[in-house]
Amino acid sequence: MSSVASLHSRSVWRTLAADPLGLMGATLVGLFVLMALFAPLLAPYDPLKIDVANKFAGASLKHLAGTDQLGRDLLSRIIYGARTALGISLLATGLAGAIGLLLGLIAGYGPRWLDAILVLCFDSVSSLPMIMFALAVITVLGPSVTTLVLVIVLISIPGYARFIRAQTLSLARSDFIMAERVMDASHLRIILRHLLPNVIGQLLIILSMDIPVVIMLEAGLSYLGFGVRPPTPSWGNILYDGYVSLRQSPFMVVAAGMPLVLATLGFTFLGEALRDAFDPRLQLKVLK
Amino acid sequence: MLNYAIKRIALALLIIIVVMLAMYAMVFLLPGDPATLALGPRATPALKQELQIRMGLDQPVYVQIWNFFRNAVTGDLGYDVWSKRPVAEMILEVFPKTLFLGVVAIGGALVFGVALGCLAVVWRNTWIDRLLAILSVSMISIPSFVIAIYLLLIFAVWLGWLPAIGAGEAGDPWSQLRAVILPAFAIGITWVGYIARLVRAAMLEVMSANHIRTARAFGLPEHKVITRYALRLAIIPTISILAVGFGSILSSAVFVETVFSRPGIGTLITAAVQKRNFPVVMGTVLFMTAFYLLVVTSADLLMARLDPRVRDVFRG
Amino acid sequence: MSEALVSVEDLSISYASEAGDVQALRHANLEARKGEVIGIVGESGCGKSTLASAFINLVAPNAKVTSGAIRFQGKDILKLLESQKRQIRGRHIAMIFQDPMMAFNPVLPLGEQLIDFQEHRHDVPRSEKRARATAMLERVGIPDPAYNLGRFVHELSGGMRQRVAIAAALLMTPEILVADEPTTALDVTMEAQIIHLLRELRSDHDGAIIVITHHLGLIGELCDRVYVMYAGEVVEEGRTEDIYHNPRHPYTKALIDCDPAHLDEPVAFLPTIPGRLPDLVALPSGCSFADRCPIVQERCRTTSPRMIETGPQHRARCHEALR
Repeated sequence: MSSVASLHSRSVWRTLAADPLGLMGATLVGLFVLMALFAPLLAPYDPLKIDVANKFAGASLKHLAGTDQLGRDLLSRIIYGARTALGISLLATGLAGAIGLLLGLIAGYGPRWLDAILVLCFDSVSSLPMIMFALAVITVLGPSVTTLVLVIVLISIPGYARFIRAQTLSLARSDFIMAERVMDASHLRIILRHLLPNVIGQLLIILSMDIPVVIMLEAGLSYLGFGVRPPTPSWGNILYDGYVSLRQSPFMVVAAGMPLVLATLGFTFLGEALRDAFDPRLQLKVLK
Repeated sequence: MLNYAIKRIALALLIIIVVMLAMYAMVFLLPGDPATLALGPRATPALKQELQIRMGLDQPVYVQIWNFFRNAVTGDLGYDVWSKRPVAEMILEVFPKTLFLGVVAIGGALVFGVALGCLAVVWRNTWIDRLLAILSVSMISIPSFVIAIYLLLIFAVWLGWLPAIGAGEAGDPWSQLRAVILPAFAIGITWVGYIARLVRAAMLEVMSANHIRTARAFGLPEHKVITRYALRLAIIPTISILAVGFGSILSSAVFVETVFSRPGIGTLITAAVQKRNFPVVMGTVLFMTAFYLLVVTSADLLMARLDPRVRDVFRG
Repeated sequence: MSEALVSVEDLSISYASEAGDVQALRHANLEARKGEVIGIVGESGCGKSTLASAFINLVAPNAKVTSGAIRFQGKDILKLLESQKRQIRGRHIAMIFQDPMMAFNPVLPLGEQLIDFQEHRHDVPRSEKRARATAMLERVGIPDPAYNLGRFVHELSGGMRQRVAIAAALLMTPEILVADEPTTALDVTMEAQIIHLLRELRSDHDGAIIVITHHLGLIGELCDRVYVMYAGEVVEEGRTEDIYHNPRHPYTKALIDCDPAHLDEPVAFLPTIPGRLPDLVALPSGCSFADRCPIVQERCRTTSPRMIETGPQHRARCHEALR
């Protein structure tokens, strides 16, 4: 509850700045965001331009991170990969958060029978091994970016919805909402004026803590060939290209893995620092 | 206890049924049918019809669903039209390899995770504790397949110490053990970090309890207080989370088995998804879901056994 | 009169807190002699729990000994090495903890714990430790001790738990037995039984027993001498009958008047001492009981009283003690 008020407070940012890991995370995240926003300006080459004569080039002044099996500049591909990774994870977590919020409010505030059905659905999806569910959906719909986003949204919704439902249930029993009820306030008013502002701060922190997991899912599924399809650069398929050419050019796989390591670390450190500053009770999620 | 067990198992079964219905709903609500999807654009009507009959798609939907459930209960998960083998047989052939991988990974993660957690408690609020905390978060957040590829590069390609691919020779435990080390490490490391954090938090909570003070008041040495009195309690939440961990490890196995070209559930389902081989995907998903729920439910029941207080709550 | 077995000399302990140092114990002096049962009585916050944990050398991590010593066998036990402290705990000084439900490990059978508590006997085989644990349970009146050794703490009744806690403390035949609120967690009938057991024990225990409680009745039943504590200080000490029949400190008087056992006729409300404990972070100058004292004088506000001899073995920290 306090998290909303404190979202605006300066002291929280000071707490964050005092935490060296959080600061490091914020810096890394900032770099990746800049990379994604200004990819065309930052990338030295066209990420799709093939130059077979120059394939598997090591790091040099011309190609700071070398080139891949088709002679494409790896740094440019990695920079555009940030666009893919952040774009997909922000879109997917945003959508999942919005739908989760809606379903959670409905379950928590709506009629009992609807709540029971929704909870059963949430529990069914969240009690599946995530990847198994993802692969099943991909098989049905066929691999594509749309499917990837849909899969991530589907597997993320139950967690958010259950969280919002729990918060809504406890809030709905609180005195000030009881008082509103007695005053004959409309349900919409109660939801908009009281429930929403109270739950949205915590939801945002949970979403930020889930971003590294989503980045990893996008990369992992793209690595397997079920996500972003080549030639569009994604950290996952760049890594796969490196893996396939491991014996020709081990450097490529090392370079391709780094942005994934740094981005997941950066987002996790930042998420943890935000969590510690706003709401220490929330838990770090592990891919299931 | 029995009541609780029955309730847990009923819930697990209900979840499996809901999941299967949802998957069938997806298949039939979408344009096209599994046979067309599987054959791709080159399908001739004759070929398609033949496949539809072989997959049982000519029958009404409710008959198909009923058949699927009836067969699943008797252990028949359908028939793979490509390899012309029963899906259940394909799964059972590779499942022990994935299970072995998972058990080694989670076993190793438990040993190292508990050890790191205890170290952090012994050195609490020193730089060692802080270093372990950073290490734990890093281990949790770095994707397992990136770790897998780095391990492969270092230990298999450069150093040549361990095999890069496969699951070892059949009937040769030594080669199987060598082959499982890198993939198990890649999968387990996430859980080393997670367990270390969990154990540390649980231990710190337990260490402030009165009974720890009692043990100290009777002159028990600190190492005995930690291992015999605190850990025994702190391990209980860890065990309940390990079951979830097992599910997570099976998920990471999908990626890591692919990296190490290791036969297993992960490589089986990945190949099936690539071919859009619906019976194999569906059979594997059903099997793994059932297995996962089995593990989670047993862990719940085991936890009730381990903690005599919980046990009595359920009894009463 | 025999020599002191353990003596607390000028002991002060404070806790670091956000508001400042909480002076939980201030210049406490007390001693327990061989074969003697002493009582330490006071309301919560008077410093008696701090004193109890100092006896077994297990003060909280944020506690600091600012002055004084606890002398036992010629040494200050507060200044020993951790390994030497451990040698004393359980073996020479043992504690009967309050609320034994929380004092035993919930997931380890009681027998295992009673065996572990004999840690100091390295040479003794496990089977013998087990036999000793069984004998001790028998001694404190637990029926079927062999069976109860295999049970968990939550499976026992409150009275049984307290008996097991007493048995645990007796395992190593310590010279000093510290009983911290031994009957607080019990109902009246159970309390009577435990008091009976403790009285039995004192007849064949040749060390010293220190009973720490807020319950005057328990002191009267068990103790030879009493120390009354208020706001971290010993405010009165003396033989039990002197304290009961001729209390010299107004706080002791108030405490006795509040004891329900002292009421002769039914009343609508139990009597209480008006006012509150002083702030232990910023103590008032003068007597710490001044604000609540019915006979407060001008000098009480400015000068702290010293211990004044009021009779044989009877002293009180009050300017008006001889009045």
